[in-house]
Amino acid sequence: MSAQPAATGLTRKDFVSSQEIRWCPGCGDYSILAQLQKVLPELGIPRENFVFVSGIGCSSRFPYYMNTYGFHTIHGRAPTFATGIKVSRPELSVWVVTGDGDGLSIGGNHMLHVLRRNLDMQIMLFNNRVYGLTKGQYSPTSRTGMVTKSSPQGSIDYPVDPVSFALGSGSTFVARTVDVDATHMQEVLRRAHDHKGTAFIEIMQTCVVFNPTEWDEFENRKERQTTTLQLENGKPLVFGAPGALKGIRIEGGVPSIIDLADGEDPVSRGVAIHREDLESPAYAMVLASLVRPEFPFPIGVFRAVEKPVYTDMLQIQIDDAVAKRGRGNLEKLLNSGQTWTVQK
Amino acid sequence: MSTKKVEEIDHVAIRFAGDSGDGMQLTGSKFTETTALAGNDLSTFPDYPAEIRAPAGTLAGVSGFQVHFSSSEIFTPADNPDVLVAMNPASLKANLKDLRPNGTIILNGDAFSQKNLEKAGYTEDPRGPLATQYKVVDIPLTTLTREAVADLGLSKPDADRCKNFFALGVMYWMYNRSLDVTEQWMNAKFKGEILEANRRALRNGYHFGEITELLPVSFVVPPAKIAAGTYRNISGNQATAWGIIAAGELMNTPVVLGAYPITPASDILHEIARYRNFGIKTVQAEDEIAAVGVAIGASYAGMLGVTTTSGPGYILKQEALGLAVMTELPLVVVDVQRAGPSTGLPTKTEQGDLLAALYGRNSDSPMPILAPATPGDCFYVMLEAFRIAVQYMTPVAVLSDGYLANSSEPWKVPSVEDLKKIEVQHPTDPATFRPYSRNEETLARPWAVPGTPGLEHRLGGIEKENISGTVSYVPENHDFMVRLRAEKVARVAKSIPPLKVEGPSRGKLLVVGWGSTHGAITAAIRQLHGEGCDVAHVHLRHLNPFPSDLGEILKNYEKILVPELNTGHLTLLLRAEYLVPAQCFSKVAGQPFRIGEIVNKIRAVLAEEK
Ligand code: SF4
Repeated sequence: MSAQPAATGLTRKDFVSSQEIRWCPGCGDYSILAQLQKVLPELGIPRENFVFVSGIGCSSRFPYYMNTYGFHTIHGRAPTFATGIKVSRPELSVWVVTGDGDGLSIGGNHMLHVLRRNLDMQIMLFNNRVYGLTKGQYSPTSRTGMVTKSSPQGSIDYPVDPVSFALGSGSTFVARTVDVDATHMQEVLRRAHDHKGTAFIEIMQTCVVFNPTEWDEFENRKERQTTTLQLENGKPLVFGAPGALKGIRIEGGVPSIIDLADGEDPVSRGVAIHREDLESPAYAMVLASLVRPEFPFPIGVFRAVEKPVYTDMLQIQIDDAVAKRGRGNLEKLLNSGQTWTVQK
Repeated sequence: MSTKKVEEIDHVAIRFAGDSGDGMQLTGSKFTETTALAGNDLSTFPDYPAEIRAPAGTLAGVSGFQVHFSSSEIFTPADNPDVLVAMNPASLKANLKDLRPNGTIILNGDAFSQKNLEKAGYTEDPRGPLATQYKVVDIPLTTLTREAVADLGLSKPDADRCKNFFALGVMYWMYNRSLDVTEQWMNAKFKGEILEANRRALRNGYHFGEITELLPVSFVVPPAKIAAGTYRNISGNQATAWGIIAAGELMNTPVVLGAYPITPASDILHEIARYRNFGIKTVQAEDEIAAVGVAIGASYAGMLGVTTTSGPGYILKQEALGLAVMTELPLVVVDVQRAGPSTGLPTKTEQGDLLAALYGRNSDSPMPILAPATPGDCFYVMLEAFRIAVQYMTPVAVLSDGYLANSSEPWKVPSVEDLKKIEVQHPTDPATFRPYSRNEETLARPWAVPGTPGLEHRLGGIEKENISGTVSYVPENHDFMVRLRAEKVARVAKSIPPLKVEGPSRGKLLVVGWGSTHGAITAAIRQLHGEGCDVAHVHLRHLNPFPSDLGEILKNYEKILVPELNTGHLTLLLRAEYLVPAQCFSKVAGQPFRIGEIVNKIRAVLAEEK
């Protein structure tokens, strides 16, 4: 990170609240908090214009630890409160913090609708594939068969994939990152902020108490070369350790892996080139279908397209109504239409 | 000009009834508009099925609109109409039991085919037998309408759709009304042949009245002697919507309405959505919970957050309302109550949500509750709700109902100057700001708005320490805060004006009403006062907290009767709060009280041995 403070003169410290943090030692949430506190001062936004909104769950304690405006609301409904805030004051930078249970189970409906409305806000979904705060039941992103207190014989639910969900909901910006990769996460957070429209970020986050091994194969940088596919706009879909690179072809919507010889041009071998800006989410959906262990797990920006945002369109309607009918006048309203006068 | 006899009468109630597709709601509201402009006092009651188009000609599909108008003050749409306009056998069958003895039936004779009679469940044509008990005016409305528009080249269904205007024309003649207002409306609403056809149907109906021998007399209801001023006709939902708009103007604070469509509250959303030029933002949310979430988010951001719904939606909002209680944010939630439980009777009225509004949230979660008494009162109750919400930093529930929502009355248009401006304050000084500091008088905490430098703070559903507003699990603090929230709501009572008792200030019987029963109770009480009965009436607009003087008033009567459209919610509260032997007069039929029912009940209570 650059040493010069941003135009606002803010630093990381300005975003640290005095609240004692109550996450378990080693929880992935610490890293996310740290990356965000690093990124926010660089955005050139006065501190008072940040609002963090959360629901219920471990992740939802987040606002208490940020020295910004914050609203810790009720289970699953954070997107609705955030919508009210953003609609009221579009100048605010609104961040929703949620988890796999909060955002995709109890709050799945609101997640769908906030994404399709394209409000200009950031939604960070901490995905640890388990319920932490209620002490370890399976979540809607848990793998089928996961043994927990509420599924002693293994979960029989099929999981939902957050990225596919967001793409299916029409989200204009969809990304995935991982708690252990500080640089990647910072970059994704910056990109999400710069995007005008709803930016959805799935963050693979480790719950060290109830699901500690879930993201093991993404833990160290070296292993990530083969287990993840780093998405970069305009670059071919290539992954793997140096000397053992592989590429991903997409033919008729079906992905496959090919081995690349040393120095070989992946494009000439038919490896797909990453495009964030495709109007149709179909290609991004194919990427979202890449799962372990058959494929590397894509991280980075899946989709980033521009579309008019809700609050702008609302303001246009207001301006239009004022232009056509003049600023509303209460006296006129009350006397509009049919009235009659009774004399003394 | 007609040389027929003209009679002056004091009041009339007409019920227009037909198939859902016959346009009876429109016909009734057009008649109402014209009647209002003629200066009568009036009261209307639309009664329609939940199905948009139930099978034509069946009892399930009958839609009715009753309008009562008078040259003196009236309070209800009347228990029994004097005139029934029946567009088909089903509407005759469904409404006949309400018609007063010797009343007039104006019916569309063309609709009384064998098939339609069967659909309505008649085994024989009822018209002959009815003529011995009622004045039956049998008009071939369909034939006459088709003749009137014959040369316009309309399809048969299009031509037949005009017949409600023919009927309306007949009624305009019968009550010596001008066609102007309805024709002006037609000119704006329709074009081409359809406009011409509707206009002809209306005029031909009127001329038919003039010449037919079936109608020997027409009537005049002189203008009512009511207070001088400008009047308009207004329904409860419209008054609610305008109250919301007015609150934004009077508080100089933008309104954000979060709502999800639900009968019978949707019209509030529709009405407000038309007025974006007031800077009002409406968000049609994905569900009831999202709707209240949007409103609370808006309140947090310093706007006037409001959400409108009906019973089932109100229940879905309860958890979020609890958050508004906990975070002490100003918010208004309007519940246009309907008959339940569950889906119940969606288009029918009830007062069944009082206890849910009071106690429906988890734990001790007190909220002020208001209820408008008449359609026009909805306007003022909304202003009062916002006043309390903002001055006390609390969510406020307004309990309207299906009857108030859809019925209408002449409403004296207030002058904006006479409406009280309410100052809204937001703190800006970081040196003195504490998120949960208290206003000494109201106990309200400050309403700090995101975007204000130096006031960054966190709100949430977790218990907070008083003054500092930091998360606190300390037992004593929680105990203190629960009581503080209750005390804050209790203090609202200090800002409520004294109650008005109609009738003797002490005596045998006090009738306590709330909400939409005001009209029927007032009419009943006036009638009984005319007979010299010892009975008084007090009506509650504030249901939580109760007005400070209510306890004293209750103690001045031997008996207390509480008519309510539920099985005794207010009764229970009065008994619990004041230890008085209040008895409930309960009705849960999806219909408002009739005056006669209340009169009879009061008589019975007065006649009881002590
Ligand atoms: S339970 Fe899991 S997710 Fe929650 S704080 Fe502890 S480690 Fe983090």
